[in-house]
Amino acid sequence: MSKYVMVIDQRRCIGCMACIVACKAENDVPEEHFRTRVIQEVEGQFPKLRMELRSELCNHCDNPPCVYNCPTGASYKDKETGMVLLKKNRCVGCKACIASCPYDARYIDPRHGYADKCTFCSHRVAKGKEPACVQTCIGRSRIFGDIEDPESEVSVLLREHHFEVLKPAAGTEPKVYYINRILKG
Amino acid sequence: MPISRRDFLKYTSIAAAGTAVSFSDAELFSHLFAITPESNEDVRYIPTYCEVCFWNCGAVAAVVDGKVKKLEGNPYDPRSRGKLCARGNAGIGELYDDDRLKHPMIRTGARGDGKYREASWDEALNYTAEKMIKIKNEYGPESVAFMMHGGITTHLMNLGKAFGSPNFGFPSYGQCRAARMVAYDLTYGADVGSPERVDMANSRVIVFFGTHLGENMHNSQVQDFTEALGNRAKIIVVDPRFSTAAGKADHWLPIRPGADMALMLAWINIIISEGLYDSEYVNKYTTGFDELKESVKEYTPEWASKETDLPADIIVETARELGRYAPSVCIHPGRFTAWHGNDTQRERCIAILGAILGTWGRKGGIYLASKAPLSGVAGMSYPVPSKVSIAKGPHHFAQPQLMQAVRRTTITADPYPIKGWVVAGTNILRAVPNPVKSIEAIMKLDLLVAIDIRPLDTAMMADVILPECTYLERHDSLKIDRGVSLSVGIRQPVVEPLYKSKAGWWICKELGNRLGVGEYFPYETYEGHIKKECSAMGIDYDELTRVGTKFYPGSDNPYITNENQPVFKTPSGKIELYSSQLAAQGFDPIPKYNRIEQPEKGWFRLLSGRSPVHSFSRTANNQKLFELFEENVLWLNARIASSMGIMDGQNIILVNSDNVRSEIIKAKVTQRIRNDCVYMVHGFGAKSRLLSRARGRGADDSRLMTRFVSDPISGSTGMRVNFVRIEKA
Ligand code: SF4
Ligand code: SF4
Ligand code: SF4
Repeated sequence: MSKYVMVIDQRRCIGCMACIVACKAENDVPEEHFRTRVIQEVEGQFPKLRMELRSELCNHCDNPPCVYNCPTGASYKDKETGMVLLKKNRCVGCKACIASCPYDARYIDPRHGYADKCTFCSHRVAKGKEPACVQTCIGRSRIFGDIEDPESEVSVLLREHHFEVLKPAAGTEPKVYYINRILKG
Repeated sequence: MPISRRDFLKYTSIAAAGTAVSFSDAELFSHLFAITPESNEDVRYIPTYCEVCFWNCGAVAAVVDGKVKKLEGNPYDPRSRGKLCARGNAGIGELYDDDRLKHPMIRTGARGDGKYREASWDEALNYTAEKMIKIKNEYGPESVAFMMHGGITTHLMNLGKAFGSPNFGFPSYGQCRAARMVAYDLTYGADVGSPERVDMANSRVIVFFGTHLGENMHNSQVQDFTEALGNRAKIIVVDPRFSTAAGKADHWLPIRPGADMALMLAWINIIISEGLYDSEYVNKYTTGFDELKESVKEYTPEWASKETDLPADIIVETARELGRYAPSVCIHPGRFTAWHGNDTQRERCIAILGAILGTWGRKGGIYLASKAPLSGVAGMSYPVPSKVSIAKGPHHFAQPQLMQAVRRTTITADPYPIKGWVVAGTNILRAVPNPVKSIEAIMKLDLLVAIDIRPLDTAMMADVILPECTYLERHDSLKIDRGVSLSVGIRQPVVEPLYKSKAGWWICKELGNRLGVGEYFPYETYEGHIKKECSAMGIDYDELTRVGTKFYPGSDNPYITNENQPVFKTPSGKIELYSSQLAAQGFDPIPKYNRIEQPEKGWFRLLSGRSPVHSFSRTANNQKLFELFEENVLWLNARIASSMGIMDGQNIILVNSDNVRSEIIKAKVTQRIRNDCVYMVHGFGAKSRLLSRARGRGADDSRLMTRFVSDPISGSTGMRVNFVRIEKA
């Protein structure tokens, strides 16, 4: 049993968008739709400004509302990997998952009518490869791995750093972690 | 799972031990891809190097049944290190863009009205050659000028020289690198290289002057920069705009545009007067220190504060930081260094700062180029042109590559007429300021030939258009990388050329044959030529085609040691803080500050820069990049915008001092820029009706640059001297 997670080291993200294009090329994401995005937020007033770069993608929640709200069982949580995935042939395109996801992570593939989203590149992970966005990440800002393995890079990072998740109040228990501050202690 | 780094080390250490690499193709690259072929499908992983921009990253294409499915960075290549940027990842969008030029075309209407008929290669090449020979007979071969960028350069230079012309124009020289190259050459007797040999991954302090790395997406260098961020290096960004890099900085210094030298000279003064310089290094390697010390005395922090609009205490604090962490300090020399017409002296300041901090040849500063010898096929000897090149203009220190000078002479015919242009891989109407002048020059020509992949605006002015294939469909010259180590990379076709497009080498060779200079192309295929070169270099060609990039064992010696002493090819053999060469030509031997003109109220200085997902004007039509950045917007200070009643996203028009009006552009109302300048990303506002996506999107910055100041030393074309006002559209 594994539990795959992604750590986003925001300090190292340079907003280059290589991850977005690589994801689209890897997963044949339709035009004008995205499985991941990089949000740039700036706060403050000239000249005292602060910038945040934040990669967003499906959080592969431990408590996933998209799965609970899916009427056909198309959306499911994979027990082996902890990934939230989709059985395309079961999806009827009802958009219940889209409505219930607090992270705006899903889209309907207009070519086939089914819902889709980040899969943590499960097809690559199954072959022992990194997700496409992680492999190409120019800043080495995206780190992927098994949190059940205490020696994995993600486990080490999460042990050593303060981290946050998006919208913790939604109770979804996300598996994408953000590191934005310097070392603990 | 960080495979690439470990494998990279494994590979390089094998290479270093001199053992042949024995990975099979599958072991080399299959770990990058997760492609499950249907039965019978043929899957191949072919390395090459990218040309969506000029960084030339090693890439690997996964080709399934003759179609490129995915591109990845080649983990064994120093420029990609296994990672492609957004553009590199979108290379497939270049290859499979329906708007590509598909067959040769000959103009049927008036120049510029976009009417063409399809022609065969034979007809188009014969037509081109006939016209070129006619110009040669009437005016001499020097009356045909050659303009270029990218992979075709080797081939077109060969053709131009064989033809007998000394006239070449590189927008990438005058509009980008000239000032830097000349400044470093004058100071250190060598350029900092391209990619610049900045050792940022090991720097403790990094300084950017207007260099917006990250937006300016130079792959390996951005990787080094993020490495430095991870190591918590101090970052100082001097930029009137809060760039992405500024967002990462410990100190963002929102300087008054054009006052950079005031800050640098004050820094030099503080570093010298507070004894923060590396005196041992200065004594051993430099000359002119006393003159420098004397010359910068007047540049006090208080004085610089008034010039730069930055607090004096911050100027002092940052200077001390440079001194504290020297020599592991990298003041990035920049690209696109053509700003205000005093650019060589500004770059000299950067070079001098680096020298007194002892950074050249030191860890975290500028590393030394690999000295490993590399033999090769003996070069051609070309006919000596009977007339001297006009492409230096009046600039003593420039290389004869100034596009600006070629354009000027084409208009004036002084000292002799230029009647033909062969333009390849560069969109002159965008790449050179003031396209109206470019069109004026083009209208004087007897012949304009465009070799391009896409129907960019310049191509659509041509008399004959020769469609080149993309980098994924052709061979080009070997990539020799003198970075930390010496390496050689290969570009090879991963698929057959689409449509009737042809490789640049083939086009030049065929033209050469028709021009009677076929002997300068002594090969049937360029692959044959590369094979010959490889054998002269002692490289196993077959291995290179499998691996993509090959390192030379033990070729790195990046830092100064007792055994590894730097050589400065200046007249004095030292780093020239005081430049005798500049003095001899009547220029300031030590940079002096000159204030530049500032805009009046209601006017803004026009700044332009880059988006990480685009390369110049050439990728605007690439669907995979277009959807991330469809058009440029005008950055405008929020306080000014509100005083003018301009809302975010509102359509506006810029009008410059010569009353030239821009295309419609949307305002980006932001805190991220000073109130005396505006900013847009370069490369938009395409007119070509054959560009279905890029056409009519955003505004063209070059159009607003009706003014430019040529740097008297390097001829670099300073483009940030244009003022604009804003009208609501
Ligand atoms: S981010 Fe949204 S789509 Fe992804 S698992 Fe959570 S709720 Fe479901
Ligand atoms: S893990 Fe795969 S599917 Fe998810 S964002 Fe990254 S590349 Fe896209
Ligand atoms: S590739 Fe990495 S550095 Fe670039 S935008 Fe994506 S997460 Fe950020």
